[in-house]
Amino acid sequence: MIDAFIFDHVRTPRGKGRPDGGLHSVPPIELAAQTLNAIKSRSDLDTSTIDDVILGIVTPVGEQGCNMARPALLMADYDESVPGMQIDRACSSGLDAVNLGAAQIMSGQAGMIISGGVESMSRVPMGSQGGAWARDPAVISKTYFAPQGIGADLIATRSGFSRSDVDSYALESQRRAHNAWENDYFSKSMITVVDDLGLPLCSKDEHMRPSATAGDLAALKPAFAAMGEQGGYNAIAQQKYPEVFAINHVHTAGNSSGIVDGASALLLGSAAQGKTAGLTPRARIRAFASVGSEPTIMLTGPAAAARKALKNAGMNAADIDLFELNEAFASVVLEFMRELNIPHDKINVNGGAIAMGHPLGATGGMLIGTVLDELERRGQHTALISLCVGIGMGVATIIERV
Amino acid sequence: MSSQFKTIQYQLNEQGIAILLMDIPGSNANVMGDAFRDELDLAVNLIASDDNIKGAVIGSVKNDFMAGGDLNAMVEMFANVTDPQAALDIANSIKPTLRKLECCSKPIVAAINGPAMGGGLELALACHGRVVSDSAKVIMGLPEVTLGLMPGAGGSQRLPRMIGIQKALEIMLQGRPFNAAKALELGIVDAIVAPEKLIEAACQQITDGLDPIKPWDKKGYTIPGGSGFFDADLGNLYNYLTSTICRDTQRNTPAPLALLTAVARGTAVPFDAGLHIESCYFAKLILDPTARNMVRTLFVSKGELDKLSRRPKGIDKASFQTIGVIGSGLMGGGIAQSAAKAGIDVVLLDISDEQASKGKDAIAKSFGKLIAKGRMQQEKADALLAKITPSADYSKLASCQLVVEAVFEDVALKQMVFKMAREHMPADAILASNTSSLPISQIGEGLPSPDRFLGLHFFSPVERMPLIEVIRGKFTSDKTLAEALDFVALLRKTPIIVNDSRGFFTSRVISAYLQEAFAMVAEGISPTLIDNIAKQAGFAIGPLALIDDIGLENGYKASLAEKQALGERWVEPAGFKVQKQFNELGRIGRRGGMGFYDYSEGVRAPSAAVAKLYPASASAVDAEQIKQRLLYVQALEAARCYEEGVITDAAEADVGVILGIGFPSYTGGVFSLIDTLNCGEFVAALDALTETVGERFRASDWLRSRAEVGIQFYA
Repeated sequence: MIDAFIFDHVRTPRGKGRPDGGLHSVPPIELAAQTLNAIKSRSDLDTSTIDDVILGIVTPVGEQGCNMARPALLMADYDESVPGMQIDRACSSGLDAVNLGAAQIMSGQAGMIISGGVESMSRVPMGSQGGAWARDPAVISKTYFAPQGIGADLIATRSGFSRSDVDSYALESQRRAHNAWENDYFSKSMITVVDDLGLPLCSKDEHMRPSATAGDLAALKPAFAAMGEQGGYNAIAQQKYPEVFAINHVHTAGNSSGIVDGASALLLGSAAQGKTAGLTPRARIRAFASVGSEPTIMLTGPAAAARKALKNAGMNAADIDLFELNEAFASVVLEFMRELNIPHDKINVNGGAIAMGHPLGATGGMLIGTVLDELERRGQHTALISLCVGIGMGVATIIERV
Repeated sequence: MSSQFKTIQYQLNEQGIAILLMDIPGSNANVMGDAFRDELDLAVNLIASDDNIKGAVIGSVKNDFMAGGDLNAMVEMFANVTDPQAALDIANSIKPTLRKLECCSKPIVAAINGPAMGGGLELALACHGRVVSDSAKVIMGLPEVTLGLMPGAGGSQRLPRMIGIQKALEIMLQGRPFNAAKALELGIVDAIVAPEKLIEAACQQITDGLDPIKPWDKKGYTIPGGSGFFDADLGNLYNYLTSTICRDTQRNTPAPLALLTAVARGTAVPFDAGLHIESCYFAKLILDPTARNMVRTLFVSKGELDKLSRRPKGIDKASFQTIGVIGSGLMGGGIAQSAAKAGIDVVLLDISDEQASKGKDAIAKSFGKLIAKGRMQQEKADALLAKITPSADYSKLASCQLVVEAVFEDVALKQMVFKMAREHMPADAILASNTSSLPISQIGEGLPSPDRFLGLHFFSPVERMPLIEVIRGKFTSDKTLAEALDFVALLRKTPIIVNDSRGFFTSRVISAYLQEAFAMVAEGISPTLIDNIAKQAGFAIGPLALIDDIGLENGYKASLAEKQALGERWVEPAGFKVQKQFNELGRIGRRGGMGFYDYSEGVRAPSAAVAKLYPASASAVDAEQIKQRLLYVQALEAARCYEEGVITDAAEADVGVILGIGFPSYTGGVFSLIDTLNCGEFVAALDALTETVGERFRASDWLRSRAEVGIQFYA
C-alpha cells in the first residue's frame, strides 16, 4: 500500500455564525476559494497535478448546494482539469474528506488531493436541508429520533456527569483556546479572510469567551430541557434506555459547540507526487475508520470509531500522544475519555468547538490540522482525531509525524 | 330505475337533479355496508352516463346522514386478513367509487341532515359541495383513530387538501367530533341551512353552477399552507406530532402514526398517488391485530355488556328511587355521588352523624374543585348534594331498595352492618358489598335472605371508573343479579358478572401483576426499569409507582388476611417477602415519604436505600422478558379464573381488565392477548418463564390441552 501524507493545512478563523459575525458577509464559496488559494500559493502548486478536491459541506443547499467544491476551485483559479466533489456524512464530513482523499492516494488511484470543508452557518442555517430523518413520520418513529442535545444530556445522565463536570470541561476548553491564541499556536495554519476588495476582514476566532467564569457558566439555562419534555424526546430516549429514571439536562449554550462560519483545507499526496512538487511531508495518515452507533443517544460513536482505527493501525490508545475529539458537547468528550481511559491533558489540548465553534463541514479538516501543528510544536508523534456524527456514527483518523 | 336500489331512495327531479337518499335497511342509522357500496357505484355510473342528469344530491331519509362503518362487521372482516393484497382490497372497497363520483364531471352535493361520521363524512368530502342542516343533531368527525383505525375512504387525503395539513391532522389525530358551525368555519362545509330547506339548498348549489372539478384535479393546485418535505414548518410539525405520538402511545397503537405518515407522504404527491398511500397504511392497520382487538373489546363487547346482555332473562326491570350506602369514605362517597348523578336518592350512613356529614362534605369539596375549573355548575352541584342524606341512623334505610356497604375490609364488620341494615330495610331489598377481595358467600353466611345478597365491586375513583364487578355469591338469586345489573345500568357503568372467589377476578389479576413486580425488585431489577418497561408495555403508570401512590399497607394486610384464612392451603405470593419487608421498614409508599421510590416534597426519585436492599443483579436484564412477565402473569391468572369458573366469558373478562384495572387497551384484554399470540405460543412462553423465573408461570393441564387442540377463547 502507498502511504498518504499531509503536506499542508490551512484554516480560516471561525466567525460567529450570526448576521453580526465577522465572516457573515463572505459567501461560503469565497471561504472555500480562499482556503484553496492559500493551499495553492503556500506550496506554489501546479494545480493541474491535483487529482481531486473533496469538501465536506453538511448543509449542501442554497448557495452551498450543487457541488460547491467544483465552482470553488474554479473561483480559486485552479486548472479546469481538476474535479471537485462535495461530501456529507454530517459533522465528520471534513474528516471524511481527508479519509476519502487518503484512500485514493493509498490505493494508487490518485497522487495529490485537497481535502477539507466549509460551512457558513450564518448564511445557510443548520438543518435547512431538511431530510427524511427529522421530517418523515415513519422515519422519525423507526429511528427513535431525538435531537443531539437530548443525546448529549442522556450520555451525561447515564455516565453520571454532573452539570459541574460538563461546565468545568467547558471552562477548561475556553482557557486552553485562549492560551493557544495568546501563544500563537494556531498561526502556522491560520489565513486571514479578505473582503470583496481583497482587504483583510477577519483573522481571529470570534466565538471564544476567555473571560467566562464558572459562575457565568453555571448561570446558563439548560438548552434542551423544555424541548425534551414538550417534544416527547425524553420519553423516546427512555424507551431506548428504560433504566433511566429522568434525563439530567446539563448542557447549555456554554458547554456545547458554538455555531460559526469557517473553512479548512489539507494538501494530501503520495511521497512520489510530493517529491515531484518539491514538498516535504509533515505526517502520514496511518489509519482511519467509520462506525455506526446507537442513533437515539447518537453521539457515542467516537470511542468505537477510535478503537476500530487503532485496530486498523495495529496500535493501542496508549500509543497515541494527542487526541483531538470534536467538542460537540462536553459530555461527548468526557464519555470518550471515560471509555478509552484518556487523561484530560492528552485531549483537545488547545481547546475545541466549545470555545471556538464547530463549522460543521469544515471542522474535521480543522481538527486534523490543529493537532498536527501541536504535535510539531511539542515534538510528539501520533494523534487520533475523531468526531461524533448525527444519526449515530463516529469517524476517526490516526496520523503520525514523519 | 329506482327499483334497483335497496339502500338508496332514488328520484330525478324536474331540474334534472338526481336525488339520492340513503336508507340502508336493518338499522336505525345508515351504516356503510357492501350493499350500499355496490349501489352507490351503480348510482354514480348512472349519474355520469345519463345526459338527462345534470347533477346529484346525496342525502338521507334517516336521522343521521351516515354514522360510519359497521363495527361488528369490521371485527369479523379484519379477523381473517393475513394477506397484504386482501387487506389492500378491503382498503379499496369504496375508494374507487368515491373517486369516480368526484371525477364524473357532474356536480354532486352532500345534504347533511344529521351525524356524518367516519365513512359518512368521507362520502360527503368526496362530493363537490356540502350543505348542512342548522340542527344541533348534526355532528361531523373522522374518529377512526380512536378505534385503532384511520380514515380509509379518501378522508386522509381530501381533508388536508381542503383545509390544510395542520388543521386536518388536528381533526383526524384527535378524532373528536365537531358541529356544523365549526365545520363551516373550517371550510369543510359550504353552508348551513334550515333543515326543511336542505335538499332545496343542495339543488340550488347545482343550479348556481357548482364546479364539478375538485381544486386538486386542476393544474397548478397547491395545498393550502403547503405540503411536502421541503417545508421546514411542516417538517417541524411532523416531527413534533410523531415524537409526541411515540411518547403517548408508547408505540403500542399503530393508528395515529399510520395516519400521520399517510397524510405526510400522501400530500407530497398527486391526489391519486395519495389515495394509494392512504390505502397502504389502512391495509397495514387491518393486518395488525390491534384495531380488531380494540374495537372488539372497547366497542362491541362493552356495548353488549352495557345493554346488559348477560342479564338473566324473564325478570322484570327494577327501578331504584332510594339506596343506602354504608361507609362514607372515599369509596362510599364515590358510590353515593354516582347514584345521585343517576337521579337516585342516597342515605349515606356512617358510625356518627358527624362522620357521615364529613363524607358528604368531601363530595361537596370535590364538586367545588370542578366548579372552580368551570366543569360544573353550582346549581348542578347543589341538586346532587340535596339527594344525599348523611346520617348515623340505620332506620333511614327503611325506604331503600338497595344498600351498598363500603366499610373496612373485615368480614365480621361487614356482617354486622348488614345485620343492622336488614333490621330496617324492606325484606326484599338487595344488600351489596363493595369488598374488593373477601369471598361474598362468606360475608353472606348467616344473613337473612342470602339470595338477596351479592357483591358490587366499584373501582376507585368511583365517579370516573366505568366498571363494576358484579359478584354472584353461592346463594345469590337470578332476580337479585338481574336487578343489581339494572342498578349498574342506571349508574351508566359497565357490569361484568363474576362468580365468587377470593379476589374475584380483577383483584386476582392485578395482585398477580403487583406481586410479579415486587418479585422483580427482589431479583435486583431496579424499580425505574420495571416501571419504564411497564409503561412501554402499555400501562399508564408502572406498578411500583402505582403501589407507592396507593400505599403498600392494604395489599399487605390483604395478603396476611388471606394467609390466615387459608392456613395450610395458602401459597405465598411471589412478592410477599418484599411486601412484608417494605411494610416492616415503613416503606409504605408516597404517604410515608418512601416506598419503592423516595419522595421529597411530593417528588418521586429513585431510592438509594432500595438499591442497597436489592443490589442490581449481575446478569444482564432482559427487557423483553420483563415485559412478558408483567403482561403474561395477568393473562395467566385470568386463564386460571376462567378454568375455575370465576369468569365464564372471555369478552367480559377483557372488558373488565381494561376498564377496571388499566390493562393495556391496545391488547384488547387478557384473552385477546392470548388469542392474538395464539394459545400454543402463550403456553410456550409460559414454559420458558417457568424455567427461568419460577413455578408460578406453569401452565395448567387445562390450558395446555387447549393449546394443543388450538382452542381460542374467542370462538
